Amino acid sequence: MTAAVGAAAGAATPGGPPPVPVEAVAGRRRRRLTPYLLLLPGGLWLLLFFVVPSVQLAGTSLYDRSGSLETGYSQTFAFVNYLDAIGAYWPHLLRSAGYAGIATVICLVLGYPLAYAIAHKAGRWRTLLLVCVIAPFFTTFLVRTLAWKSILSDNGPVVGVLRAVPFVPDDFRLLATPAAVVCGLVYNFLPFMVLPLYASLERLDGRLLEAAGDLYAKPVTTFRWVTLPLSMPGVVAGTLLTFIPAAGDYINAELLGTPNQYMVGNVIDSAFLVRLDYPQAAALSFLLMATILVMVLSYVRAAGTEEVV
Amino acid sequence: MHRFWRWLADHWVLAVGLLVLAYLFLPILVVFLLSLNRPTSRLSYDLSAQWTLDYWLHPFATAGIGDALRVSVGIALVATVLATVLGTLMAFAMARHRFRGRATANVLVFLPMATPEVVLGSSLLALFVTLRVPLGFWTVVVAHVLFCLSFVVVTVKARLAGLDPRLQEAAMDLYADEWQTFRRVTLPLVLPGVAAAAMLSLSLSFDDFIITNFNSGTTVTFPMFVWGAAQRGIPREVNVIGTAVFLLAFVLVLVVQLRGRRKARVV
Repeated sequence: MTAAVGAAAGAATPGGPPPVPVEAVAGRRRRRLTPYLLLLPGGLWLLLFFVVPSVQLAGTSLYDRSGSLETGYSQTFAFVNYLDAIGAYWPHLLRSAGYAGIATVICLVLGYPLAYAIAHKAGRWRTLLLVCVIAPFFTTFLVRTLAWKSILSDNGPVVGVLRAVPFVPDDFRLLATPAAVVCGLVYNFLPFMVLPLYASLERLDGRLLEAAGDLYAKPVTTFRWVTLPLSMPGVVAGTLLTFIPAAGDYINAELLGTPNQYMVGNVIDSAFLVRLDYPQAAALSFLLMATILVMVLSYVRAAGTEEVV
Repeated sequence: MHRFWRWLADHWVLAVGLLVLAYLFLPILVVFLLSLNRPTSRLSYDLSAQWTLDYWLHPFATAGIGDALRVSVGIALVATVLATVLGTLMAFAMARHRFRGRATANVLVFLPMATPEVVLGSSLLALFVTLRVPLGFWTVVVAHVLFCLSFVVVTVKARLAGLDPRLQEAAMDLYADEWQTFRRVTLPLVLPGVAAAAMLSLSLSFDDFIITNFNSGTTVTFPMFVWGAAQRGIPREVNVIGTAVFLLAFVLVLVVQLRGRRKARVV
C-alpha cells in the first residue's frame, strides 16, 4: 500500500526540484529540531485520530461477538469474525470491487480525453475548464446524487428515450439497477480521475508529439508510444484516487440502487449504526481495506511491468 | 488521409472533452430546474408542469434547513482553519527539511487519503465511544480536520516544491534574517498554494456526509439534513441552496484563479 500511495502522491503533485535544505552555519542544532516542531501538531492529530483508532479497530474486529456495548466486550482473538463476515457478505465485497472497478475504467475512458483537451486544446480557456471540473463539488454530493434519481427515473427523459428505441422492452428501467449505481459512482468520482491526469498531461512537452509526427508516426502510434507512457503516473494516481473512494462508497448504492445492489459500505454502515455489531463492522472494514489493497497492488504491478519510464 | 486524421484527432478530443464536461454539469442543471419546480407529490423526483419562484424567495421556509446550513458553515470554517494551519506547517517540514522519519511522515500523511471514508468514520466513532466522548460539533470538527489535513499537506507541498530555492538564498545573501526571508519572500510565494488548500478543505468539509454521519450524534449538518429528508421527500429548498452555493463558489474560485494567474504573469 505504501508504495502505491507514494506513487499516487508523487504523481498527484506537480514535479519540481527536489527539496533543498537551506543550511545556514548558525543555529544548526535548532535547525535540526525545526522539522519535528513543525510536524508535531499535525502529526499528533494523525496519530491520535487516525493511527490509534485504526489499531483499536483491528482489536475490535477480534472481540467476542456475543458481547455488547453495555455488557462490554472480551478480547478472544476471534478470527472467526472474519470468516463469518466473508460467509455472510461476500456478495457485497465482490460488488464493491466490481462496481468500483467498472466505474474506475469508465472514469479513465471519459476522463482522459477531458484532461487532454484541457491541457492541450483549451488554450486560454484552460483555467475556466479546470474550474468547471471542480465546480460540481460545491453542489452537495447528496443533492447531486439525488438529481441522478430524477434523471434516471422511470418517468425521466433518459428512460423515455431508450424505451422508444426498437428492441428495448417497455418495462426497461435504469433506477434500482447496477447500471444506475455505476453511473452515480462514475459521476461522483470523475474529478478525482481528471485532476491527476491533467497534472501529468500538462507537463507533457508538445515538442515530443511534434517529433513523433515528424518521424511519420500516426496519431494513434504517437499516443500509444509517447503520450500514454508519459502520462502513466497520472493514470495510476487517478485510478487509485477514483477506485479507493468508490469501493468504500455506499451512498450511490443506497440512493440509486436497491438492497440487491448494496455494497460493503452499506453493510459496514448498518453494522455500526443500526445493528451495533461492532466486531463484525470492524472485521468488514478491514476486509474492505484488504480488498482494496489486493486490487491496488495487482494493478500497480501490472502498470509497473509495462514499459513505463 | 494524414490531414484528415490530424483534424479528427484535434477536434475529436476537444469534442469528447466538452461532452464529458456536460455530463458533469447535467445534474447541476437538474438541481437548478428542480429548485424552480413544484413537485406533484412529496416523494416525487420528477419535474412537474408547475414552475414557481417560491423556493428561491423563501429558501429557509422548511424547518431545520437554516440551522443545518449554519452548522455546516461553522464546522467547515473551524475545520478549514485548523487543517490549513497544521497542514501548512507539516508541508514546510516535509518539503524544506531532510530529517529522520521523513518517509514515515509521508506514509502517515497519505494513508488517510487511501482509507475509505466508511473506515475512517467508523474507526473514529469506535474511539469516541470507547473514550465516552459525547458526539457533536467538536467530534465532527476533529474528523473533518483529519481528512482535510492530508489534502492540505499535498497541495502546499506541491507549491513549495515548485518554488526556486535560490529566491530564499538571494534574500539571505542580501542580509535578510530567517524571519524576514520567510515573511517577505517565502510566505507570499506559498500563499496561493495555502489559499487553494483552504478552498479544498472548505469544500471537502462542507460536502462530507459519510464521516459526518458516523461522528455527528444529534448535530445536523446540511448533508445530514438532506439525508434525513430524503426518506420523507426532499424539500425543494434544498435545491435552491445547492444551486446558490454552487454559483457562489464557482464565481469565487474563478475570481481567485484569474487573479492568481494575473499575478503569476507579473512575477
